[in-house]
Amino acid sequence: MKSALPIATVVLAILAVWYVAAALLNAPLQRDQFANAGRTDYSTQDLIAGSLNMERPKLPAPHQIVSELYKLVFATAPTSKRSLVYHGWITLQETLIGFIAGGALGVALAVMIVSVGWLERSMMPWIVASQTIPIIALAPMIVVILSQFNITGIAPKAAIAAYLCFFPITVGMVKGFRSPDPLHLDLMRTYSATRAQTFLKLRAPASAPFFFASMKVGAAAALVGAIVAEVTKSEDGGIGARLLAGSYYGQTVQIWAALFVGAAMSAVLVGLIGFAGQAVERRMGFLR
Amino acid sequence: MIARRLGPLVPPIVFGAAVLALWEAVVRIGGVPQVILPAPTAIMARFFSSLPTLWVDLVQTMKGVLAGYTIGSAAGLGVAILIDRSQFLQRGLLPIGNFVSALPIVGIAPIMVMWFGFDWPSKAAVVVVMTFFPMLVNTVAGLESAGAMERDLMNTYAADYWQTLLSLRLPAALPFIFNALKINTTLAMIGAIVAEFFGTPIVGMGFRISTEVGHLSIDMVWATIVVAALTGSLFYALVAGVERRVTFWHASYRAKEA
Repeated sequence: MKSALPIATVVLAILAVWYVAAALLNAPLQRDQFANAGRTDYSTQDLIAGSLNMERPKLPAPHQIVSELYKLVFATAPTSKRSLVYHGWITLQETLIGFIAGGALGVALAVMIVSVGWLERSMMPWIVASQTIPIIALAPMIVVILSQFNITGIAPKAAIAAYLCFFPITVGMVKGFRSPDPLHLDLMRTYSATRAQTFLKLRAPASAPFFFASMKVGAAAALVGAIVAEVTKSEDGGIGARLLAGSYYGQTVQIWAALFVGAAMSAVLVGLIGFAGQAVERRMGFLR
Repeated sequence: MIARRLGPLVPPIVFGAAVLALWEAVVRIGGVPQVILPAPTAIMARFFSSLPTLWVDLVQTMKGVLAGYTIGSAAGLGVAILIDRSQFLQRGLLPIGNFVSALPIVGIAPIMVMWFGFDWPSKAAVVVVMTFFPMLVNTVAGLESAGAMERDLMNTYAADYWQTLLSLRLPAALPFIFNALKINTTLAMIGAIVAEFFGTPIVGMGFRISTEVGHLSIDMVWATIVVAALTGSLFYALVAGVERRVTFWHASYRAKEA
């Protein structure tokens, strides 16, 4: 709670800078509009008020985004194609399916890598190297390949979300399974524990903090994957499709509203995992 | 000696070669159509036959990547040093920095394309925003990492703030700064390529991928991805190499020598 005041100050400062920037960026456009309307008697106040309430501003003012959000989230029926609830739900489904599939795959792969020696030596360098590759570039192609097999709609985007989130989870979980103290591993050996017992009773519990940390990264990556995938196949809807549609038609306010919905979804997902992680870790005695 | 040094490289190379061979075999024997999955040999053939196009795309994309990477990382470092003296600003900015790192920042691409036009500056702008926060958060953590003993020593030398910063705290922060620089190489490539999905002059790796997918020439897409993968790895290796030279004193490198 000590940091509530500093955070509030910084947020307020950002809002203030935002308003100034919006006024400055939009003023030339507004001046043109006044000129086109034949108005020459406008005051500076009119100019500022006008540039903060334009229909298609360069940078919409925060209150415009809020009112657009209200309009598209609460005032529009969730079944309408304009509603951000409709598109957000599509994106959320893709993200969650992809996240669960990718998370399971990532953990399974990590278990395999930790328990089979030659797999680690041969695969780990590739998995690490794959981190340096912009994998997201594969997204449009995966959508096309899957549509060859008549897999359309939510599934291809969930596949991309899964694909993007499983690498960080595998890397994090391998680290987690290797995190027990050598002394503890020796202790398991003196108990003559089998490999499976060591894994279940020592390695798996020890990896809990790594599990939640990599799940947070994975959830954020899954959402990015889903949004980028929607850009490449925008007729199915979703936050990414709204971003693309907004950029086609110059609807800046709509782009920003979609962006904020995406940001909120990411924040809620990561926040939920963080809370679950804290609860579990406290229960297990990692946090005091 | 040489055999021992190359020894660890053998399993991954064998594994990689096996995957490629399996891929080739599945495509040839299974008769997988070209539009779904081209064989590795077909991709290599396409790669070498369209080198000029791939090169022009690479140059276009790398303009955005390098400009954005430099500006974003430098700005992150600069702001971290600026807020270093103010606990208040740190406590306000760090949670926001961590929060922003979890957001789908690539979504700002359409806005940047509107502000800075279709050419590479808009891609650089996306990369600036993506690379700024990891650098900020890491540098602030790094500046805190100098030990209390060393700080006391600087105090007994009567070193002022800037002397302590330059000769103790910044060097101590280098491993953290390089960590951010390494993370940022990948983020920069992703940012630039995805930003090109939203509009670009008729050149660039992201543009090539999205148009060739439309033409169903998947081998060209794979060739572009090979270029992206090679560039991304080289970029990362370059930064890691500089890190090894500059932070040779750090425990993670010393341990390997012994």
